[in-house]
Amino acid sequence: MVPLSWYLALSAVLFTIGVVGVLIQRNVIALFMCIELMLNAVNLSLIAFSRLHNNVTGQLFVFIVMAVAAAEAAVGLAIIISLFRSRETLNVDEADLLKL
Amino acid sequence: MEIAHILFLGLAALAVVAAFNVILQRNPIYSAIGLIIVLCSLAALFLTLNAQFISAMQIIVYAGAIMVLFVFVIMLLNVRAEETKTDKQKYLKWLAAPLFLALLAEVMAVVRYVNLTPQPLPSANNVSDPRTVLGTVENVAYGMFTDYVIPFEAASVLILMAIVGSMLLARREKQEDVERIEKALAGQQEEEKIEEEVAV
Amino acid sequence: MSSLFNSIDLPYIIGALVKIAVFWIFIMLVVAYTIYAERRVLALIQNRLGPNRVGWQGLLQPFADLLKFIFKEDIIPLAVNKWLYILAPIIVLIPAMMVLIVYPFGPGDVPIPLGAQISSFINWLGSLLGLDLGINLTTMNLYVTNMNVGLLYVFALTGLGIYGIVIGGWASNSKYSLLGGLRSSAQMISYELALSLSVVAVLIQAGTLDLTKIVEQQSGRLGIFNWNVFQWPMFLPCIIAFLIYLISAIAETNRVPFDLPEAETELVAGFHTEYSSLKFALFFMAEYVNMMTVSVLATTLFLGGWNGPGVGRFPWLGVFWFLAKVFFFLFLYIWLRGTLPRFRYDQLMNFGWKVLLPAALFNIVLASVIGVLFL
Repeated sequence: MVPLSWYLALSAVLFTIGVVGVLIQRNVIALFMCIELMLNAVNLSLIAFSRLHNNVTGQLFVFIVMAVAAAEAAVGLAIIISLFRSRETLNVDEADLLKL
Repeated sequence: MEIAHILFLGLAALAVVAAFNVILQRNPIYSAIGLIIVLCSLAALFLTLNAQFISAMQIIVYAGAIMVLFVFVIMLLNVRAEETKTDKQKYLKWLAAPLFLALLAEVMAVVRYVNLTPQPLPSANNVSDPRTVLGTVENVAYGMFTDYVIPFEAASVLILMAIVGSMLLARREKQEDVERIEKALAGQQEEEKIEEEVAV
Repeated sequence: MSSLFNSIDLPYIIGALVKIAVFWIFIMLVVAYTIYAERRVLALIQNRLGPNRVGWQGLLQPFADLLKFIFKEDIIPLAVNKWLYILAPIIVLIPAMMVLIVYPFGPGDVPIPLGAQISSFINWLGSLLGLDLGINLTTMNLYVTNMNVGLLYVFALTGLGIYGIVIGGWASNSKYSLLGGLRSSAQMISYELALSLSVVAVLIQAGTLDLTKIVEQQSGRLGIFNWNVFQWPMFLPCIIAFLIYLISAIAETNRVPFDLPEAETELVAGFHTEYSSLKFALFFMAEYVNMMTVSVLATTLFLGGWNGPGVGRFPWLGVFWFLAKVFFFLFLYIWLRGTLPRFRYDQLMNFGWKVLLPAALFNIVLASVIGVLFL
């Protein structure tokens, strides 16, 4: 069987890549995608532990996390669209003042 | 070195390469495609972890709905490759590689001491009650609707809030709303003028 | 290396690969001849003959078309995004074809004709190579796999096929393609909702997502009245679900009357305007494979799959009944193409969101009420 630590290591690598992506990306949509990458890394961890303990609770948690991620993506992209409409740019550095 | 190990290594390599693609590409469409590849390889990894329902849900919800939303927004806003050179926080780019290595070393140090191996599960072929097999639809549904029905209902309320909220936020400013606001402001100013005259 | 070899269940994998190869060749032939049948049937509806020169009654026409597509010049316009342009038809076709592993062509555990002779022949071949195979083929399943989440797998892959259309339209870097691609994919997403929700009425009765078990539950002594559409007590929600499913399926596969995004008179050719020769053939093929998938789902969920008179005694007859029902649906698609005008795009989206989706939700409530009362 594949040892659990391999799955945890992959989850850690993906999470770290997501964190670094959030820090270096300047496009706000790509930033949001790195956040989704982090959520998926955590999902992988949860499923791996659910398999270890032969308990379905981990998978239910992942289901709820997916629902939350869907809701967050919808609202986040709506905010990005209205941000784009007022500022005409998607660079995250340009959105640093409350006033236009 | 069993076939399961080789399968895991192949899928993991694909996921990591695609994840690097997400963060390093300039054109957001390529980042989106990279993220879709990560999601699909994670779905395959979920299958190796006896999570069939969650694997199908990952493709349907994440790769089939959320990422389509991302791709639509990128296309509708006509986002091109990044051309801006005004990087107000340049130091973050230089911090990225050392930070990556530091975080990775820290987590690997913890993971190294995890010596757990999942026990092989009994075969799921021709089992009488699918509710007892980990990861089947019946199993997940049984857990969801008996022990965890409150988070389930809360998630559905959350999604309702997201639907209403995103429709409201992404709506164009309608002409009648603008006129209504201007009329209200004009009415307010007239009231203030009348009050001033009365006070005087 | 020996642990690697021991960890692979070789007989199962070889059996599955052989079945996949046979099914795939069969489905390619069905797709090719559906295109031919469409041209002939449309022609007869429009009071003319279709292609009837190549071979007897034109039956070799699909091969002539394939040769034409291969030998046509492959034009890649200069302004396209090259990688995505080449990737798009592949993204459409591969998920469409991956669905075939859950098609229930027939019952499980059917006796293989001449099983003993084939086993002894393979064992003899193995002994020539010095291997001691010891194969004993007696029964086989007439499907590749019976996944526990079979229906969700189908929906997942049809959802993935949308990306090819969006990316193809965007990568072509032309107004008509982009508009066609966005419209087509928005239409597919909208009707995918009504499609998935309409199926819930059947699932309340079946209690499982496994396509093979859904078909097995529709076998019984009452014959046609055991099919899900006609079965007491759920016939009313299932008939409404069947109608909603049919309409959503036609919209999902971008066929008349919902084919505005790819009609020639509207948007040149929609998202595949800039595609030529083999890539266009791949898009075309993907559309017909999707049609086949949707027809297979319709027969499995609503019309009883491989059930029919005589299947109890001759299990292989189930394949014939299954194919007969699937071909009936394909004929229905072609018939509708020859008969109906097409919807305007805003009418189409209004219909999907404001009529079909509430109807599907109401149907779920109705099915739940009837299910609690009578099941």
